[in-house]
Amino acid sequence: MSLEDLYREVILDHYRSPRNKGHLDKPDYRAEGVNPLCGDEITIELAFDGDQVSQVAVAGQGCSISQSSASMMSEAIKGKTKGEIEDLTKRFRDMMSLDGEADIGLDPDRPGAVLGDLESLQGVRKYPVRIKCASLGWNVLLEALDGERLS
Amino acid sequence: MADLSHLKADFPVLSNGVHFLDSGASSQKPIPVLEAMDNFARSSYANVHRGAYKLSVAATDAYEAARERVARFIGASDPNEVIFTRGATTALNMVAFGWGMEHLGPEDRILTTEIEHHANLVPWQMVAKRTGAKLDHIPMTDEYRLDLDAYNEKLGPDVKVVAVTGMSNVLGVMPPVRSISDRAHEIGARVVVDAAQLVPHSPVMVEMLGADFVAFSSHKMLGPTGIGVLWGRMEALEEMEPFEGGGEMISEVTLHDATWAAIPHRFEAGTPPIIEAVGLHAAIDYLDSIGMEKVLEHDRELTGIALERLGDVPGLNIQGPTTLEDRGGVVSMTLDGVHAHDLATILDEEGVAVRAGHHCAKPLMRRLGVTATARASFYVYNTEEDVDALIGGLRRAGELFGVGE
Ligand SMILES: Cc1ncc(COP(=O)(O)O)c(C=O)c1O
Repeated sequence: MSLEDLYREVILDHYRSPRNKGHLDKPDYRAEGVNPLCGDEITIELAFDGDQVSQVAVAGQGCSISQSSASMMSEAIKGKTKGEIEDLTKRFRDMMSLDGEADIGLDPDRPGAVLGDLESLQGVRKYPVRIKCASLGWNVLLEALDGERLS
Repeated sequence: MADLSHLKADFPVLSNGVHFLDSGASSQKPIPVLEAMDNFARSSYANVHRGAYKLSVAATDAYEAARERVARFIGASDPNEVIFTRGATTALNMVAFGWGMEHLGPEDRILTTEIEHHANLVPWQMVAKRTGAKLDHIPMTDEYRLDLDAYNEKLGPDVKVVAVTGMSNVLGVMPPVRSISDRAHEIGARVVVDAAQLVPHSPVMVEMLGADFVAFSSHKMLGPTGIGVLWGRMEALEEMEPFEGGGEMISEVTLHDATWAAIPHRFEAGTPPIIEAVGLHAAIDYLDSIGMEKVLEHDRELTGIALERLGDVPGLNIQGPTTLEDRGGVVSMTLDGVHAHDLATILDEEGVAVRAGHHCAKPLMRRLGVTATARASFYVYNTEEDVDALIGGLRRAGELFGVGE
């Protein structure tokens, strides 16, 4: 395992140019989370059109792993229903879990892979202290979806 | 150069070649410390101040010998002024609660600083809330020093206690405790020094430091975890109420009341860290065999080398003074475009152990305008090679993240 496997170009690209950065005018759901140990912060806002996510905004600050994971996540959940998002979250968590199946077809170059860019984060699993960085945005996302609808 | 490279072999953890640059968080333990604790536990261990049997007497002697050794190390004239605690944090809480709750009220002000570790800030916040006292802070200048003009302005008759660090665990700066204490004493305030970083890295003679209370931890000075010291001037200790009640700290107990044992036992409720006291004793012997002047000189030399070479790393910012005066061996840094946690991961992969984060000094991080830094801290076992490994790792991080492209 080399550092290049952890810090893949896709990750660095999302870190330098985070997608869907900022805030929504009228979010339907909103949550924020902090990792008190390292101080990373992420706020997620979601707007729905019917049962599908129509807009996502991510704000916060922190390391390349937490911020790129949230950025990629924001792209992956657009247009998805709550059920589909929960499914995606489960896949992501399985990929991150130390005892989960290591190779569930997670070749980052595989076309049409379900997690897409997110698969580039699988290298994080080899750095257990950083898994919580990669998971932060997802925990906030689930919290947002479980929260009160704002509008 | 104060060449101490022969010492590395005394530290078993370092035998795998790790470049350990996190002694500011906790130091490694040399073989003489490990052996002293092991021998004691094997041959002379029992509870202290209780048994009439020989083993307990031997253990009590060892424990009290450690107290005398600490007193000699920090230049305290009376060993009874040395109180064993669980660590610097407990020592500072003992003062904040044991002294603060007795002597502070709504008319009073507590003066601490913007650069404190949470251990010398949060207890005062808690006591301020409970007593109604106001909490005020000595600010930091843009040169990373305490603003002494502002201090003089803030000092007023309502200031009852000044709580200040002896050496910042983030910036490395060593504030002028002596003159801060003298000014505080002119208006009758007590002075509390968080010496968790100072005592391990610099000769400290408490009588000359001028403070009334001085707190530090064994684990940052080659000793074991679980023990620390609160030194207090006897007249200041006499103003303090015990913060914990229980065994060992009483003189007489009835069902409804109790009177306190003499100082220091009054402040040592329950079974103390006995084996740890023996370890701390051995750690002090080890440090004194090097000489604290030499320890300071060695740390400063490595810091000087590091500051110079760090200046050549593209995108690197030192969070703290770049000169050596009144400064110890702690260097905090940020690298443009690379978060401190990523830096620590990359450095770890290169065999360099540094700390990344807010270093328990969130208000200072805010003042510095950063959320986290990477921090390298030096101690007796570090060498120039460790600095080179750090520089190499930082360059590698810069390349990986395309800093300066
Ligand atoms: C300046 C300073 N004060 C206080 C502490 C707290 O020491 P301890 O955790 O040993 O109680 C530390 C170490 O973390 C420190 O660096």
